[in-house]
Amino acid sequence: MSGSRERILGRVRAALADVPPGEAPEDVLVPRDYSSAHDRGETIALLVDRLEDYKALVHRTPAGESAEVVARALAGRGVRRVAAPDDAPEDWFAECDTDVARAGGLDPAGLDGVDGVVTGCAAAIAETGTIVLDAGFAQGRRALTLIPDYHLCVVRADQIVTGVPQALPRLDPGRPLTWISGPSATSDIELDRVEGVHGPRTLEVVIVE
Amino acid sequence: MPSFPEAAKSATGDSQLRHNLRKATHTIRAKRDGAVGELDDWSQLRAAGAAIKDRTLRHLDTYLERLEDAVTAAGGRVHWAADAAEANDIVTGLVRATGESDVVKVKSMATQEIELNEALAQAGITAYETDLAELIVQLSDDLPSHILVPAIHRNRAEIREIFRDQMAAWGVPAPERLSDDPRALAEAARVHLRERFMRTKVAVSGANFAVADSGTMVVLESEGNGRMCLTLPQTLISVVGIEKIVPSWSDLEVFLQLLPRSSTGERMNPYTSTWTGVTPGDGPQEFHLVLLDNGRSDVLADTVGRQALRCIRCSACLNICPVYERTGGHAYGSVYPGPIGAILTPQLQGTASEPEASLPYASSLCGACYEVCPVAIDIPEVLVHLREEVAGGSGHTAEKAAMGAAGWVFGGERRLGAAQRAASAARSLVPRRMPGPASAWTDTRDIPDIPEESFRSWWRREGAAEEAPEPGRAPGDGDEQEGGRR
Amino acid sequence: MRIALFVTCVNDTLYPGTGRAVVRLLRRLGHDVVFPESQTCCGQMHYNTGYRREAQKLAVRFVETFADADAVLAPSGSCAAMVRDNYPRLGEPGSRLDRAVSELAPRVYDLSELLVDVLGVTDVGAYFPHTVAYHPTCHGLRLLKLGDRPYRLLRNVAGIDLRELEGAAECCGFGGTFAVKNADVSAAMGADKARNAAATGAEVLCAVDNSCLMHIGGTLERQRAGMKTLHLAEILASTEQEPARV
Repeated sequence: MSGSRERILGRVRAALADVPPGEAPEDVLVPRDYSSAHDRGETIALLVDRLEDYKALVHRTPAGESAEVVARALAGRGVRRVAAPDDAPEDWFAECDTDVARAGGLDPAGLDGVDGVVTGCAAAIAETGTIVLDAGFAQGRRALTLIPDYHLCVVRADQIVTGVPQALPRLDPGRPLTWISGPSATSDIELDRVEGVHGPRTLEVVIVE
Repeated sequence: MPSFPEAAKSATGDSQLRHNLRKATHTIRAKRDGAVGELDDWSQLRAAGAAIKDRTLRHLDTYLERLEDAVTAAGGRVHWAADAAEANDIVTGLVRATGESDVVKVKSMATQEIELNEALAQAGITAYETDLAELIVQLSDDLPSHILVPAIHRNRAEIREIFRDQMAAWGVPAPERLSDDPRALAEAARVHLRERFMRTKVAVSGANFAVADSGTMVVLESEGNGRMCLTLPQTLISVVGIEKIVPSWSDLEVFLQLLPRSSTGERMNPYTSTWTGVTPGDGPQEFHLVLLDNGRSDVLADTVGRQALRCIRCSACLNICPVYERTGGHAYGSVYPGPIGAILTPQLQGTASEPEASLPYASSLCGACYEVCPVAIDIPEVLVHLREEVAGGSGHTAEKAAMGAAGWVFGGERRLGAAQRAASAARSLVPRRMPGPASAWTDTRDIPDIPEESFRSWWRREGAAEEAPEPGRAPGDGDEQEGGRR
Repeated sequence: MRIALFVTCVNDTLYPGTGRAVVRLLRRLGHDVVFPESQTCCGQMHYNTGYRREAQKLAVRFVETFADADAVLAPSGSCAAMVRDNYPRLGEPGSRLDRAVSELAPRVYDLSELLVDVLGVTDVGAYFPHTVAYHPTCHGLRLLKLGDRPYRLLRNVAGIDLRELEGAAECCGFGGTFAVKNADVSAAMGADKARNAAATGAEVLCAVDNSCLMHIGGTLERQRAGMKTLHLAEILASTEQEPARV
C-alpha cells in the first residue's frame, strides 16, 4: 500500500510541472475582501428570526427565569423523561417535574427510550441560525443530541456570534463538532424541503440573556 | 453505454421525467437565488473559494502530506488508493477485519465513482445507503441522476410505490396505507433505518472537505443519517478524493457560506459534522481515511482542465443547466452528470470511447453553469478545450471535412462571395425538409429563406455609394440623442 | 464617427436585411459606416466545436481586417463575444495575434453597446408600432453583460409595446453545432423558448443575434405560431417613413 502513496504523490508532482519550483502555497494569493459579517441589526433578534425560519421553536429569557422556561417547554411537549449531559447545571431543571436521566449511563438504546434531551452549546451563529456543539461543557457526546426525537438547547447570549467567520476561531477543530441549523430535514423529494428525518424532529432553543 | 445524444433522445421524449425535472430544478433555482441574493459579498466569497482551491491544487503534494500527518497524529489511519480497484480492496479489507458483513453509508460521490457497493457485495458485504434519495435509488435498483438529489427524476407518487414494494425486502417494511405526502415518506425512511443505525458497527462515508492543517473531516448533510453513520458505529471508513483538501480550518469560513447556499439553497444545511481522528468515548474508535486518486492526478496535469478539481459538488450547475433540465442525469452515463460531469467524466476517464467523447458536446455553451458556480469553474472553457481533444482524435471525419470546407470558404472573401452567389442562385431549390444530416435541423425547425442577395453584394451595388446625411458631423459628443430624433 | 461594420457571416449570407438596417440606422444618426470587404467569419463555430486551428486563422484575418478601425460593430452578440472573450485565448501569450487582439478587442461592440456606451444615445428616433418581446440571448446576457441596454433602446422606440418574456435568461437551445449534434435537446429547449415567446402575445420576438432567432424563428415557423423574429437593428432602423415590415 505504501507503494501507492509514493505513486500518487509522484503523479501529483509530475502533474504540477507548470508550478514554478520556488512558489510556496502562500504565494497563491487568496483575496479576503469578503465581509466578516453582514450587518443585519441586532444579533439575538437575527438568530431568533433565522432559527424560526427553519422551524425551530425559540424563547428569549432573562437569566433568572430560564428554569421556568425550560420547565414550561418540557411540560408543553409532554416530556416525562429527559436525558441531559452529566455536567448540565442542576438549576436548568429546578422548576420541572420531569425525570432527568444523566447521559453517562445511557447507551444508544437507552437514548432511544427517552422523550428528549436538554443540552447547552459551544456557539451559535445568528446569520445562519446555527447552533454548534463541541461535546464540551453541558453538551455530552454526539449521540446524545442525535437519537432522541426532541432537542432543547440552552444558548447563552455571550455564545452568539454574527456570522460563520466569527464562529470558527472560537471552535477547536480537534473536538468533534456538530453544527445544527433547525431540525433534521430533507429536500430529496421533488427538491422541496420537509422537516424531520433521522435526527431530532423538533428543535427548541432557549436563549438566556 | 449509449452516447449522450442517443440517451437524450429517449429522455426528452419522457414526459413524466421532463415534468419531474422541470419542477425540481425550478424549485431549487428559486431557493438558490434567494439564499445567494442575501449575501452582498457573494462575488468576493466566490473569488476567495476559487483561490483557496487553486492554492490547494497547485501545492497538492504538500497538503496531502500535511493532511496525512495530522490525521495520523489524531489517531486515524491513512490509506492511499491509486485507482478504484485499490480503493475497493482497501475498504473491503478494513470491513473484513472488523468481522462485520453489513455497513451503513453516508451519501458519497467518491464511493459511487469507484462502485464500492458492488465491490463489497462481491465480498459478501451489504452496504446500506441511508440518505433518503440514495435509499430510493437503492430500493428501486436504479441509478442516481443528480449529485445532490440522486432521485430527482422520481416524484412523490413513484417514491411511494418504491417504498411500498421494496422496503420489506431490505428491512423494516413500509407502513400500511403509506401516503405520498413527503412527510409521511420521510417518516417511513426514519422507521426503516432506525434499527439499522442502532446495530451496524461499520460506516462508510466521503467528506465534503478535509482540512490539511488540523486533519479534520467535514460532512454537510440534512437528514441526520450522516450523523448516525459518523457517530454510532465502532469503525468509520472515509473515502475522500485527493482534491477535497482545504489548507486550513479558517478556510471553512468561505466554503461553509458557499456550499449550502449553492446546493440546497439554504443559509446553512441542517447538520454539519466535523471530526479529527478519533475521540475517546465519543463516536467511532477506529477511523480510516482512504485518499483516492483514480484519475484526479491526470486532471491536475491539464492546466486548463485542472479547475474542474475545484468542484465542491454543490450541483448548482446541474440545477441551472437547460440541457440537464431536459435530459436528467442518466443521459450522461456517468456518476457525475450535468455540466460538471460533462467536463469531469471525460477528464477522469479519457475521451477514447462513447459516451465520454460525446459529453463535451452536451452543452449549448450558454454559460449559466459558470455564472452560478460558487468556485468559478469556467465550465464552457473546459468544454471547448475537451472538444478540441475529441476533434483532434480519430473519427469525426465528416465533421472535419465540413469544418475544413467552411474554413476554406471563410479563408477568402472572394470564395465566400462565390459561395453566397451559388446559394442565392439555388434558393428556390432548397426543400423545407432536408435529407441526411441536415434533417437534424429540419425535423423540428424551418430553415430560413436564402436571400436573393448577400449583404456583401448589396454593399458593392449600393451600400458603399450611399452617403450619410451629414457626413461631417462630429461623433459621440452626447448630442446624438437629438440627431437621432431628426 | 467612422464605424467599421463586421456584418458577420450569418448576417451577410442569410440576414442581409440586418446589415442594411445597421447601415441605415447609423447613417441616420450621422455616422460613417465602412465595410472592409476582406472580412469573412469570426471563427466562432470552429472554436466552439473544437477546431482551434481554423478559428485561429480566422482570428488573424479578423484582426488584420479591422486593425485600423476606431470602432468595430458586430450586430451579433455571440460574434462580439467571440472576439472579446475567446480571441484572447487563441494566441500564445505575447504572440502577434495575442498583441493584436488585446489592442483591438476592446473596440469591438455589439449594437446596443455601440449605441448606448460609445455613441451615447438611447433614443434613436425609431418608430415601430408593434408588440415586441425581447430575448436577451446567452452571449449578450452572460458574456457581453449587455444588461438593460437593449431594453433602454427599445423603450424609446415610438409606438412600441414591449412585453415581458418568461424564462428570458434561459438559452434557446441553438448553441451553434449543438443544434445539430444534440438536435433533440436543442429542439426541446427551442420548443420551450418558442412557447414562452408565443405566450407573450407579441407580434415580434427581438434579439441581438440572428443565429438564436434563426433557431427560435424556425421553431415558431414550423409551429405556424404567427410570430415573427427581428433583429434589434431592424426595429431601431424602422421609421415612420421607412417602417420595418412585420
